[in-house]
This record gives sequence, structure tokens and C-alpha cells, in this order.
Amino acid sequence: MYDPTVARLTYRALLGRRRALILGALPLLLIVISVVVRALTGADDQTASNVLGGFALATMVPIVGVIAGTGAIGPEIDDGSVVYLLSKPLKRPTIILTKLIVAIAVTMVFSAVPTLVAGLILNGNGQQIAVAYTVAALVASIAYSALFLLLGTVSRHAVVFGLVYALVWEALFGSLVPGARTLSIQQWSLAVAHRVAEGDLVTSDVGLTTATVLLVAVTVLATWYAGQKLRSLTLAGEE
Amino acid sequence: MTVERPTGTPVTTAGDQTRIHNIGYRSYDGPRLGRAYARRSLYSQSLRGAFGLGRSTRSKVLPMLLFAVMCLVAAILVAVTVTTKAKDLPVEYTRYAIIMQGLISLYVASQAPQSVSRDLRFKMVPLYFSRPIETADYVRAKYAALASALFILTAAPLLVLYVGALLAKLDFADQTKGFAEGLVSVALLSLLFAGIGLVIAAVTPRRGFGIAAVIAVLVISYGAVSTLEAIADAQNNTAAIPWIGLFSPVTLIDGVQTAFLGATSSAPGAVGPDTGQGAVYVLVVLGLIAAAYGLLLRRYKKVGL
Repeated sequence: MYDPTVARLTYRALLGRRRALILGALPLLLIVISVVVRALTGADDQTASNVLGGFALATMVPIVGVIAGTGAIGPEIDDGSVVYLLSKPLKRPTIILTKLIVAIAVTMVFSAVPTLVAGLILNGNGQQIAVAYTVAALVASIAYSALFLLLGTVSRHAVVFGLVYALVWEALFGSLVPGARTLSIQQWSLAVAHRVAEGDLVTSDVGLTTATVLLVAVTVLATWYAGQKLRSLTLAGEE
Repeated sequence: MTVERPTGTPVTTAGDQTRIHNIGYRSYDGPRLGRAYARRSLYSQSLRGAFGLGRSTRSKVLPMLLFAVMCLVAAILVAVTVTTKAKDLPVEYTRYAIIMQGLISLYVASQAPQSVSRDLRFKMVPLYFSRPIETADYVRAKYAALASALFILTAAPLLVLYVGALLAKLDFADQTKGFAEGLVSVALLSLLFAGIGLVIAAVTPRRGFGIAAVIAVLVISYGAVSTLEAIADAQNNTAAIPWIGLFSPVTLIDGVQTAFLGATSSAPGAVGPDTGQGAVYVLVVLGLIAAAYGLLLRRYKKVGL
């Protein structure tokens, strides 16, 4: 279910040339901000939680997820070179699963690792905050990658839809309509983080059981459906 | 490829001595419309394209939806004002674009790449420059088109608010002043956002990547700046807030209008720049717009070949 060649090609597509620089700019910014904040305010658990929750988990993880998730398959479908991949004797679900693994790995490296580093800089893992948010970022990486990979196979405008979900649904509606938070990967991953963290700095609107079930369901369903979509992929002409 | 026709008898009449080959095409002798016309056409096509007009139905969905939501929210605000018989609109004219910045960013991110990335990807740019237009014409037309589209997107809801306010018989002079200030502010915002969007989109031929890069720059910079501002506010370090605001496009516009256009700042604690700092804000905004234009010119000098 894992093909090294497909993985290598996907890595190259995601991180080749200047793309790694752009992906790397976001984590770098997070770390710079953490250093600045630490220098300005000193170690403070509430501040650390605000930075990690408000910036790392709410903004950085979804955007890295969109870039990695849709970038793993979207450009290939877009320029039609996916037919060369599909004409190889590989199962389509294998292709999807390989690309998913690569996307997850890239999202984790570029979002969870910097979250941990930023957390350590901010308050030296006081109250387990750094670890809690890292776990949340890891969990969210998996779900975001699966979801955005599916979007990449479904639509040519996957990046836009992915961003609409991440920015409009999770950020805007999530802050206005409480019900929208139940259907938000960010909140599900926060529920997992809540379990890890000591104290009540990390909170979520969703219970742990619900969150876990939904996370697993979304990941599995999205991956399965992406495989199905790829089996019956038709290459549309450029609009 | 021209195929030379075998000529039985070589043409030897005196007038045709210089003609090597003639397969009978007629040359165009109608009016030549020239550079200004080509630039105008490129502008109007790009402007229409920014709202999906003249393109497929699928590409109309997002810009039209964003436009509708922008106006709809304004209409709801007007309806609230009318039914509650309020003395003033619930939202200032200058504040509206700041509240709706997410949608505006999405619009820039989706339309800037569609305006320039596909020309790069299908190697259309040299074809443009085989017409009478020059690099500067292409850049100016594209920049003006996206800025105009953004202006339409951001000024239309202000117009809705203004007309609604007048119908609700709010104070005419007061509302007109607010409306005019709002228009100046969204004009600046349109130029700034269009410049940033186009510079990023012109670097990559991949549309999807362009979208993500534009949104990352707009949203991440705002996220970072507002996080830092909130922390500075919590530390009672309010003097630092206006300086932090210089680092993201939205807060730049917010600062300019707070200093000069009678807006209340949306920064935490409503701490806006004073007049001196406001001048720095204006300089940075104008500098960014000029830099965007310069970078685009440089970029197209290269890809136009």
C-alpha cells in the first residue's frame, strides 16, 4: 500500500526548488514571533497558550495543510501529468495512500515540529502546553491532509475551497456560531490536546470521544473517497 | 511552412523583379487601433474576468458569491438600522472593509492568480508583447484591472450602507463625510492588496500555489501582527502597538484611516497611530504600492522575452 517511487515524486513536487522555502517561511515566522514574545513578556503560560492556539494551530497548521494536501495531487491533475502516473500498474488507492502519507509527513514537519520548538521557547513546556499543542498539531495534520487531499481530487479549485473551510468556516463561523465548532478539525484536535495538557488553558468545545471518532471517521472516509475519485478520474479540459 | 510552387516560366516583368514569392494573401489595410486601444481592451477583459464575466459558469461562482456576501451583510446592517431607528449605522464606513477582510483576502487570492498565472503557465506573455503593447502597458492594465475589481468589491457595500443611511433619514452631512472617508480608505486598500496579490501571483505559473501564497501572506501577517498587538496590549505596552501594525496590510490601512480619515482603530485597546506615526503609515503604504509596481515591471521585463 506504499510505493516509494510515488512518494519520492510527491516529495519532489511538494518540496522541490523554491517551494520548501515558502513552506519553511511560516514555521520560521512562528519561531521568530515566539522569540520576540518571550523577550517582551517573559515566560507566561497564558501568553504561550494564546500564541500557540491563536497563531500556530488556528492559522499555520491549516495553511500548511492546504499547501501540502492539495499540492500532493492537485498540480498533477491540473496539468494532466497524472495520466502517466495512473497508467502505471499501481492501485489507485495505493497512490492516494502514498500521497497521503507524504502530505501528512510534510504537514507534521512544517507545523508540529515548529509548534513544539515555539512552545519550548515561549514557556519551556510549562503545564505541558508545548506538548499539548504539538499533539494537537500532529492530530490535525493527519485530518487536514486527508481532507485537503480529497479536495484536490474532487475539484480544480481545491486550494480555494480548502482555504474557505479553514478561514471562513473554522475561523469566522467558528467564532460567531458555536455549533460550527463541533464540525471543526481544529476543535477536535484541541479536544485531544486538552487531555494532554495540565490545567484548563487548553479548552475545546468537543468531548474527547466525539472528537476521536470524528477525526478517525473524517480521515478514513476522505482517504477512501479520494481513492474512489481517482479510480474514475476524468481529465477535464482547461476551462 | 511555405511550399514553393514550381513556376513554369520565371516572371521577368520589370515591376515584379523584387518579388520572390507571392501566394496571393491580401495584406490588412484597415485602421490600426494602436497601443492605447490594446491596453484598454486588456484592462476591460481583465476587469470582467475578475468577476468571472466572459468565463465559464464555474469560475463565476466564487467572485459573485463573495460580492453578494459583501453587499448582503451591508444590507442587513441597513435593515437593522432602519428597524431599530438607530441614530447611526452600527458600523462605520471605514470599519466595514476591516471587518470583512477575510472575504477581501480570499477574493484577492483567488483572482490575482487567475489574472496573471495562466498567462505565464501557457506562455502567453510573449504573445501579448508581440502586439503593440509594452511591458508597462501590460502591468498597468493588469494592476488597474485588479485594483478596480477590488474597489468595486469594497465600495459597493459602502454604497449600500450610504443609500440605506440616507433612506433611514440619518444626518446627510455626517453620512456623506463618512462615506467619502470610507471610499478613500478602500481605494488605498484596493491598490495595496492588488499590488501584493499580483506580485506574488506573477512569480508562480501554478494557480493553486499562487492562491495559497497570497492568502498565506495576507492572513499570516495579520495573524502574527494581531497576536503581537494583543500581547503588547496585555502587557500595557500600548506605545508599541502602532509600530507593530506596520507589518501587515490590513493593519496598515487601519492605521492610515485612524490617523487621517477619522476612523477608530480596530487594534486592541483602540490604540491607533498619532499624526506623526500616521505619516509613516501613509509612506509605507505608498512605498509598498510603488514597490509592487516596480517589481511587476521587473518581472515582466524578464518573462516577456
